Amino acid sequence: MKLLDSTDSGNSSSIERTQYPYVTGTSVIGIKYKDGILMAADMGASYGSTLRYKSVERVKPVGKHSLIGASGEISDFQEILRSLDELILYDNMWDDGNSLGPKEVHNYLTRMMYNRRNKFDPLWNSLVLGGVKNGQKYLGMVSMIGVHFEDNHVATGFGNHLARPILRDEWHENLTFEDGVKLLEKCMRVLLYRDRSAVNKLQIAKITEEGVTVSQPYALKTFWNFNAFQNPTVGAEGSW
Amino acid sequence: MTKQQANWSPYDNNGGTCVAIAGADYCVIAADTRMSTGYSILTRDYSKICKLADKCVMASSGFQADVKALQKVLSARHLIYQHQHNKQMSCPAMGQLLSNTLYYKRFFPYYSFNVLGGLDNEGKGCVYTYDAVGSYERVGYSSQGSGATLITPFLDNQLKSPSPLLLPAKDAVTPLSETEAIDLVKTCFASATERDIYTGDKLEIVVLNADGICREYMELRKD
Repeated sequence: MKLLDSTDSGNSSSIERTQYPYVTGTSVIGIKYKDGILMAADMGASYGSTLRYKSVERVKPVGKHSLIGASGEISDFQEILRSLDELILYDNMWDDGNSLGPKEVHNYLTRMMYNRRNKFDPLWNSLVLGGVKNGQKYLGMVSMIGVHFEDNHVATGFGNHLARPILRDEWHENLTFEDGVKLLEKCMRVLLYRDRSAVNKLQIAKITEEGVTVSQPYALKTFWNFNAFQNPTVGAEGSW
Repeated sequence: MTKQQANWSPYDNNGGTCVAIAGADYCVIAADTRMSTGYSILTRDYSKICKLADKCVMASSGFQADVKALQKVLSARHLIYQHQHNKQMSCPAMGQLLSNTLYYKRFFPYYSFNVLGGLDNEGKGCVYTYDAVGSYERVGYSSQGSGATLITPFLDNQLKSPSPLLLPAKDAVTPLSETEAIDLVKTCFASATERDIYTGDKLEIVVLNADGICREYMELRKD
C-alpha cells in the first residue's frame, strides 16, 4: 500500500508498508532438556496454499551460544539472519573474550521486531531463540509485534495450539536427549497430520555448552489406516 | 481502486490483572503471572511487576511489548535521574514521569494499563492509577487490567474509601494491617480467576515498607 493515492501528483517518496507475507514457514517448536535446548522445524516454505519450497532450513545457529528458529515470511528471516551475522561479527571484532549469549540475542531480536512494528513495517516472523551459556539454559520467543517471553517450551503458529498442550503434559525437567527428540517428534507428527502447511521433512537442532548440531533432514513415520478413514461414510448412511 | 486496509494490528492484548493497595506505612502491589494471546496461553510464569526505584513499584497489564518498552524507558530515565541528583526518585516524582511518558505517545499510545505503588516522601503508602495515555490520580487502592471490572467493586466494598470531595480531605489509605491487606488481595485474585479467563496461574505479591521490599507467590487456578 502506498500512502499517496492515485490523485496525488506530487513527489515519489511514498512509504511502503508490509501488508501480508508471501513465502512462509510454519511452526517451530523448542524445548529445554538436560544438556541444553532442542529445536525442531520442518523444511517447508509455502507460497500461499502451494507447498513451494521443500528444503528451507528454518533453524540456524547464531554465534557460539544460540540457535534461532523462524516461522513466517522467509525473506524477512533471511534479513534477520543478515542482521544477526553483522551483530556477531562486531561482537567478535571486539576480541575481548566475551561473546553474546542467548539472552542478549533475544533482547536484540525483541528490540528489532518492536521497532519495526513501531514504524508500521513489521518483519513478519515469529522467532524462537534458544541457547546455553555458562551452564545457563535459555529459551525464548518473539512475535512480529514484539511480544516476547521465555519458558521451558515454546512453539510458534499452529505449534502453539497443537504442540504446547502435549508439552505441558509431558515435558519435565532433565529430559534426556532421546526423550527430548521423541517428544519433539510426537509434536511434529501431530502438526503433520493437522497443519496443511506442514511437510514431512524436518530437522532437529541441538545446542549444548559444547556447541550446535543440526540433524540431517528426515521424515516421520505416519499412519493413515485408521478404521474411521477407511470407510468414512459407514456410520452416516443417507447423509452427504 | 479502494484504499487497502492493513490486515495486521500493531496491538495485542496479553491480558492479566494488577492491583495495588496503600496502607499507613506499607504498600501492596500484586499481579497475576499469566500471559495470553487470543484464546491461547503463551506462558504461565510471566511477571508484570517492575521495580522502578527503591520506594516505587509498577504493575502493568495490556500489550506486553509496550509494557516492556515502557518499563525500559522509565528505568533508563531513573538511572539518569540518579546520576544527575545523586538520589533515588520518589514515588510521586515517578508518578509524574510515568504520566508524561505515556502522554508523549498520545497519538500512538502505549497500550499499557498501569498502577504505581510505593511509599511517598513521608513513608505513607501511595498508589497512583493510570489510563493508557497518562491521566492519573493518587488513590488509596486501584485495579487495572482484564479482571479490574471484577475486582474494583469488591475493593470499593471492603475498603470503604472516604469521598475525595470531603473537606477537610480525609486520608484514602486503608487502616488495614499489612497481613490483612495481603489477605484481601489474595481473595480478590482468587475470585477474579474464577470468572476472568485471562487471569490465573500464579499471583505475585510485592510488599513495600520501611524495611524494604519483599515478594511472595500464591498459586491460582490454571484453567
